[in-house]
This record gives sequence, C-alpha cells and structure tokens, in this order.
Amino acid sequence: MAAFVEKMWAAIYFKMNKSVFTAHFEILDEIREFVGEIARRNGFSDKEIYAIQCAADEASSNIIEHAYAEIENGKIEIECGFVDGELKIVMRDNGKPFDPSSIPEPNIKGDLFEREIGGLGVFLMRKLMDKISYESSLESGNKLTMLKIKGDSG
Amino acid sequence: METSIKKYKNCDLVTLSGRVDSSTAPDLTKILDSLTGDSRYKIILDMSDLEYMSSAGFRTLLSSQRECKRFNRGEILLASVPQIVKEALDLTGFDELFKIFDNGADAVNSF
Repeated sequence: MAAFVEKMWAAIYFKMNKSVFTAHFEILDEIREFVGEIARRNGFSDKEIYAIQCAADEASSNIIEHAYAEIENGKIEIECGFVDGELKIVMRDNGKPFDPSSIPEPNIKGDLFEREIGGLGVFLMRKLMDKISYESSLESGNKLTMLKIKGDSG
Repeated sequence: METSIKKYKNCDLVTLSGRVDSSTAPDLTKILDSLTGDSRYKIILDMSDLEYMSSAGFRTLLSSQRECKRFNRGEILLASVPQIVKEALDLTGFDELFKIFDNGADAVNSF
C-alpha cells in the first residue's frame, strides 16, 4: 500500500518540472525556453507554444519590474507541467505583491496619443491563457498560476 | 535581437531579427531614438526575421510612433510581419496604429 501511494505521488509530482531563475531581464530567454520545451513535448501547437512563452515572459517581466523593483537578485521559482489536458505554470516570488487582476484593462481602441503605455503585458497574459489566479501571503510569498488548455485555440 | 539600418534618401529601413523582450527592447528604443534624434522620422521596420516580440517591444513601437507622427513629420511602417507576431499586434489593437506592408520595398516606395 505504501509503495503504491509513493508511486502515485511520484506520478503526480513528476508531471511538474521545477526551475529557479534569478530575477533579471536577461533570463527571459531561458524562461521562454523552459516552458516552451514542456509545451512542445506535450504536443501543443506552435501558436499555443508562442502564447505560453509570451504569457510566461510577461508574468516574469512584471515580477522583475514590479515585485522585485527594489530587491536585487530576487528569485523566481517556476513549476511547469502538463496536467489533465492543460499546461500549468506556477510562478512564485518573494517580492512586493503584484496582483495582475489589480491592473485595469488598457485602452486598445483609442488613437495613437490616447493609448496607455502600461498594462499591455497583463492584458496579453489574460488573452493568451485560459485561466490566471494569484495568491499572496506573508508566509509563502506570491504565487501566480496560469493554465492553457491544449487544442482550444488552434 | 539584431538590427541593421539601410538609409534611403527620405526614409530608413531598419531590419529587425531575433527576439524583442524586456531585455532587448531598450536597444531597439536606442536605435529608433538615434534616428528621430537626427530628424529621421520616416522609418520602416522590416520584421521578416523577427522571432518574438513581447509587450516591452510594443511599448517601444508605441512611443516611437508617437515621436514620428507628431506634427505629421513622419511615420513608422511595419513590413513582413510574421503571422505569430501579427496575431499579438491584432490582440492589442496595435494593427490600427501601424500600416503593415508585405515587404520592405513596398513600404519604402510608399513614402
């Protein structure tokens, strides 16, 4: 029984790959590669892979720019895996909370001089992924979870 | 990200390749600023070899387009935009802010 439970947990656990990155813009390439490779291995289309890479980039950029604005060499822990037909990305940081749902939708229809410069990253994350949730606590830091359903958007 | 600039009499063709993200967008800003700093406001961005552009790149495009279009002195045109980048431009409504040409030569001739 114990062996069976252990095996079951292992099966669940190994679906998620974990990697820790130092919060610099220079590591965005590696983050896109990390999530992109897992999406590719699990049969996501090129368009879906691009969407997943872009969402992970935007989320990480926000952590680096806002959560770790005043903290040097902060860490971003990323877990990524394929669970029940969905790619799941969990990002954890210990910076200042930056809740994407607190960012208002940018004006994407106005003329050139009315458009806002900010808010586009979060807007893209929302458009490109199927679900985004955010939790923040003093004990465990900030946790952003993003899901992408396979085969849903071509 | 890599860029090269071809200067024409009345416009500049900037060929953009690789990836534009928060790390490399400042380099693109510098290149576009150096053109507008020289009063060169008619700029074409040829994206045929562009693999990726995040919102950081879009922000650069937006501020530079503002700089170029002010006083009707010029404009940034996009050429050979890869489909995958075009979709992100469409999502954010950026397709309404930039004229998109099939290739660099067509864009050069339009000025």
